[in-house]
Amino acid sequence: MLLRLRRTVKLGAKSLWLHRLRSTLTALGIVFGVASVIAMLAIGEGASREAREQIARLGARNIILRTIKPADERTATANTDSVQAYGLTYADAQRIRHTIPDVVEVVPQRLMTFQTWYRNRAATVQLVGTVPWHTDVHPVSLTRGRFLTPVDMDYQQKVAIIDKPLAEHLFAVDDPIGTDIKVSDKYYRVVGLATAVGRAATAGPAGPGAGDARGSEGGTIAGNVYIPLTAFRKSFGEVTVQYAGGARLAEKVELQEITVKVASTDVVLPTRDILDTLLGRFHEKKDFQVVVPLELLREAARTKRIFNIVLGSIAAISLLVGGMGIMNIMLATVSERTREIGIRRALGATRRDIVFQFLSETLLLTLTGGLFGIVVGLVLPLIVSHVGQMPTVTTGSSIVLAFGISAAVGITFGMYPAWQAATMDPIESLRRE
Amino acid sequence: MAIVQTEDLGRMYQMGEATVHALSNVSITIGQGEYVAIMGPSGSGKSTLLNLLGCLDQPTTGRYLLGGQDVSRLDDRRLSAVRGRRIGFIFQSYNLIAQLNIIENIEVPMIYQGVPEAESHDRARELAHQVGLGSRITHRPAELSGGQQQRVAIARALANDPLILLGDEPTGNLDSQSGAEILDTLDALHRQGKTLILVTHDEHIGRRAQRVFHMFDGRIDRIETNGH
Repeated sequence: MLLRLRRTVKLGAKSLWLHRLRSTLTALGIVFGVASVIAMLAIGEGASREAREQIARLGARNIILRTIKPADERTATANTDSVQAYGLTYADAQRIRHTIPDVVEVVPQRLMTFQTWYRNRAATVQLVGTVPWHTDVHPVSLTRGRFLTPVDMDYQQKVAIIDKPLAEHLFAVDDPIGTDIKVSDKYYRVVGLATAVGRAATAGPAGPGAGDARGSEGGTIAGNVYIPLTAFRKSFGEVTVQYAGGARLAEKVELQEITVKVASTDVVLPTRDILDTLLGRFHEKKDFQVVVPLELLREAARTKRIFNIVLGSIAAISLLVGGMGIMNIMLATVSERTREIGIRRALGATRRDIVFQFLSETLLLTLTGGLFGIVVGLVLPLIVSHVGQMPTVTTGSSIVLAFGISAAVGITFGMYPAWQAATMDPIESLRRE
Repeated sequence: MAIVQTEDLGRMYQMGEATVHALSNVSITIGQGEYVAIMGPSGSGKSTLLNLLGCLDQPTTGRYLLGGQDVSRLDDRRLSAVRGRRIGFIFQSYNLIAQLNIIENIEVPMIYQGVPEAESHDRARELAHQVGLGSRITHRPAELSGGQQQRVAIARALANDPLILLGDEPTGNLDSQSGAEILDTLDALHRQGKTLILVTHDEHIGRRAQRVFHMFDGRIDRIETNGH
């Protein structure tokens, strides 16, 4: 039986080879179908993984509170001389720490964009006024030197930790540690070097800091500078002043961000509700925003699922079209070879032999098509990554899936023509010219 | 010993309302090594009988014993095996497979009986030599003359050393000289002890055969015995 099968497959290969152009064109449908399945899954996986990584960087156990400027206040105070105060306060941070049991860590932050100089080199930086336990909550790790200490806080020391991109930008050859950098008009001593953090982890220019990011003098942000929160307050105060069309706009914001870390992911959502209630009591105007990375993660998972379904259906349709192309050609082949089928039947071929003969041709077509499709599907994401600057992740399971589907398509769409060939009456087939 | 034995063989077709008796009550016996011709006008049931004898079709009534085995009620798989092992077909229009070369064409019946490739290849070569086509084994059928193609078909019919050789107008498409050559080849096979059953219009064949079954209206009309 196995021997017969082997010779049948050989026969199929031979007959496909005889109609090279036709076979190639037929298999192309499968090539593109399989390639699109793999490429689409790779692009989808890449996009969602990037999103998940960004969110995960925010910390799954974190809840981020951000100051936002209440929208309706802007015009109301436009021509007054008073100072507009809004946003999160030190009192909020204290309250959160002392009243909510599941809170493990609270990191209040002051964020502003400033120009920074070292000798004659300048850079726009995100100045982060923070606390010594910042690194427990945010994914910042120290590469050299030290981070902030309680002593720095108590004595409002003008010390700074700068991150790697900024260090590379400002210090071409010098060792940054121990040198003084000028932030706005104040000098700070660099005491430590930290790893870079993605934009999502810091407030970022589009985030809450934007409301009073007066210091922004254009240019992209080169990196982060971490200084003691107390020193920030002393150096730069809390009131920012803008002059817009002759009017003087003064704003007072104590904190841009409070990051709250809770004991476990289970209590993230209840704590979010408690925070909302607690802060809502002291903030009549809605001047803060709650961001829950865990929720974002779940949302990203949902989005990914939808994305996969959409991409999957597109790819499935293209495979279906490829499969129908194959069925079409195989039906034509069967009717073209009716006489041959009759001859083979007369010479001892069983129905099963005929089914195998045509099925093996279809399977050879789809499987070689599938193999080429995998090659194309592996190359395509690389091109997309290179040209489109998009991350792509090709998973082994997508290859297996695509190949499995192409085999299934081959069997499904090959079965009917093969069955038709096998059930033909040998006498009728022999009579056909 | 009787190789072919039929008992009241009948074949009916349903053509709409009407029932057509293509063959009725055919009882014949053909012995080992016999050379038999079946003759008759169109529509006399020759082809129907040939299809039944060749196990391409199954009778509606009666029995057909081939080599002692009742083959009148077999499933497709067994019937295909009987065709492959016990019957060698020679068709009017040769019926070679166009995309296969001579050797491959001769190999076809052996493939379906699971003969290993090396063995079937050697046997096909040997058979090609036997029918005088040893030098053209890699040619395609289209590159051969009608007579040569029919020789390939004969070689193919012999591939599994069948019990009977069934010919359907084997010289019908050939000019008289090629036809005569094919008949000589068939005579030679007969002398080697093969059992030949040929359906024909050709009087030449009728004269060469030992017995001629004359058919008319789906029945054996008369049996003529030639005194060789």
